[in-house]
Amino acid sequence: MKVKRAKLSWLERLYIPSILNGFKVTMRHFFSWKRSEVYADKQSNFAAKTTMQYPEEKWPVPTGYRGAPYLVKDVDNSTKCVSCQLCEFVCPPKAIRITPPGRDGDVDREGAEKMPEAFDINMLRCIYCGFCQEVCPEEAIFLLKDYVITGENREELIYDKEKLLSLGGLDQRAYNHHVQEGVDEGIKKWEKKTQDAKNQAEFH
Amino acid sequence: MAAKDIKPAVETVTVKVDGRPVEVPRMTPNWEGKPEPTTVLQACKQVGIEIPHYCYHPKLPVSGNCRMCLVHVAMPGRPGPDGKAPMNDDGSPKVFPMQLPYEPQTPRGVIGCATPLVPGMEIYASSPETKEMREAIMESLLINHPLDCSICDQAGECKLQEYSYDHGQAKSEFEEFKVHKPKAVNLGPRITLDAERCILCTRCIRFTKDIVGDDALGIVNRGSYNTISTYPGESFNNNYTLNTVDICPVGALTSNDFRFQMRVWFLKETKSICTDCGSGCNVLIGSRENKMYRYEPRQNDAVNGHWMCDSGRLNYKWIGREDRLNTIKSPKGAIPWPMVLKEISEHLGSVERGSVAIVASARQTNEELYLLNHLAKHLGATTDSVPRRGKADHLMIVEDRNTNTTGAQLTGITTKRVGSKLSSIAKSIRDGKVKTLIVFGEDVTKYGIDSNLLNNVTLIVSDILPNETTKLADYLLPGCAHAEKRGTFTNVKGRVQKFMKALEPPGDALPEWEVLHELVHNVTGLDGFKSIEGLFNHMAGEVKSFKEAELTWAGLGDLGADVKL
Repeated sequence: MKVKRAKLSWLERLYIPSILNGFKVTMRHFFSWKRSEVYADKQSNFAAKTTMQYPEEKWPVPTGYRGAPYLVKDVDNSTKCVSCQLCEFVCPPKAIRITPPGRDGDVDREGAEKMPEAFDINMLRCIYCGFCQEVCPEEAIFLLKDYVITGENREELIYDKEKLLSLGGLDQRAYNHHVQEGVDEGIKKWEKKTQDAKNQAEFH
Repeated sequence: MAAKDIKPAVETVTVKVDGRPVEVPRMTPNWEGKPEPTTVLQACKQVGIEIPHYCYHPKLPVSGNCRMCLVHVAMPGRPGPDGKAPMNDDGSPKVFPMQLPYEPQTPRGVIGCATPLVPGMEIYASSPETKEMREAIMESLLINHPLDCSICDQAGECKLQEYSYDHGQAKSEFEEFKVHKPKAVNLGPRITLDAERCILCTRCIRFTKDIVGDDALGIVNRGSYNTISTYPGESFNNNYTLNTVDICPVGALTSNDFRFQMRVWFLKETKSICTDCGSGCNVLIGSRENKMYRYEPRQNDAVNGHWMCDSGRLNYKWIGREDRLNTIKSPKGAIPWPMVLKEISEHLGSVERGSVAIVASARQTNEELYLLNHLAKHLGATTDSVPRRGKADHLMIVEDRNTNTTGAQLTGITTKRVGSKLSSIAKSIRDGKVKTLIVFGEDVTKYGIDSNLLNNVTLIVSDILPNETTKLADYLLPGCAHAEKRGTFTNVKGRVQKFMKALEPPGDALPEWEVLHELVHNVTGLDGFKSIEGLFNHMAGEVKSFKEAELTWAGLGDLGADVKL
């Protein structure tokens, strides 16, 4: 196919206006760093620093960013995961591996029946799809904002239960949500159930 | 056609299911196998329409308490004073949809499990009225249900879960407090009850009372506090308790052995046979990633019905034991299979006729025993096996605790009196007549052939777990558990049943029939098949009873075939 070329005017053929236009764009970006969210911290004292000291300073990521999946604890600092293994089932790259507790497993919360004996996520396999978070019936696993997953060998990148729980921390998201709704003691799904059961213990 | 193939004419009833006229037998076997009028639920099942149900079980007496099988039906009108049934204008019999007598606008359901068919009735199995009844029942069943599916072992095979998806609502209208009942109650040594999850269908009560004959369970307390319980201080402890876990439609009765071990949706199910006694109960093996988690009974009405005993069900832990034999041992050390088989073949090819004895196990498969017997005939060897006896019970367990004694007898490895030749084998070794002893899957030191005798012979042993005999073996060939290979067993009543492979064997272990096939081929020249199917079909042409029954591997199907003993 023959492409018909646009006929350039005399000014256009001179190229100088285009070069000046390019300078304009460059200068606009140069003076716009103050407006960027990325440099929000830096513009607080109006210091004209534009180089980010990565990795000491990290890029803030937008809301909804899917970082590494971690286990969270409830506001009473007990494990939320009940070892239902749905995340293991749904995980497309089979990064999650849960060992169920068996009959004599330990639990760290009154009224709980089941908690995982081991919970491993292979961060090398994880594809950050977020299915585990979506499927979790207990809201125990979240894709947090960590995007720098480094290790010196493969074994180090298989995160175990303790590591995932310490990285995940308390479930502040759910906690805040409930505080806003006026329930200031946070999510206590199990506590209510346990209390109800206790109150009804003598039911004959 | 032979006379026995002609079936007597079956009396039938014609009814309409969802507007479709269907003809079903008037009588259907009840839980005891006695003919009883066909019910609405059975009729629908026969024409391929599933009526949801919890308390109905084909092998338990009908109790009709869960109400889940409610369906709306229309009955033909009763004959009037003139003796004629009411007719439509077009001359067809008129039917009257059932309704509440005091509010005729409300449709009235009948429970499908306990309503016998009436000729000409119409069953509205999927009408809006029926659907609404199911939704209401589902909602009331879920009133006190804890909905802890994420913890519950039954999740994935739970009828409450399934029907809740099919007939339930997203939100309950029930605003009052849920009743909390006892959780994790120890009913017996193998059963844990979660009373909250129970929907009081009483399947477990009826099973243990009517099938096992141990009236151990009952319902205590009143109204919404109803709870399944044993008599105070008593334990639910017969040898069939774990069947209640299978028939429990919800997660109320859980197996202590399987509790919180693995979610059921991960388990691969493989059809197999229980090896605990000579009954040969059909089972399903549940395994994941080469680890076995449980046995479940598989329905075979000719053998075990829906049930199996607890002792058989829990007898699988040895398959995954750490000390399984998994390396080949030979005088030259751990050499690979081709070399060790070549050495043994050369040895057996050069021995004097009559200088070999074979002790096989009546827990081996028909195929393996056939190959061993073929080898024995070629070598002029004495063969026998080892008897195992236990106590029989009134339901399933038989006295013979070997899985395949009948197979050993039919293939000619042993006589009616299992183990009768063991002493003569011991004597022949002592006299120096027998210089080579082949032992498959038995510890002969316990049966009169002690270690002093074993030191005098070339000892070729194949086994699964270590014992005194395997320690003394010159050639040790690691074998496979039944879950790790395919084959057939013949049960005490002469039913030949096949089982499938669920797991990969550990280390060097190979299915015994493969090893034996190679050996027998090298020594006797037996040839003509490559697979277990081929071997079985070959054997079926050689062994008399199998030949008479015209057995083929494919013809066995999942449920097996009978041979004449």
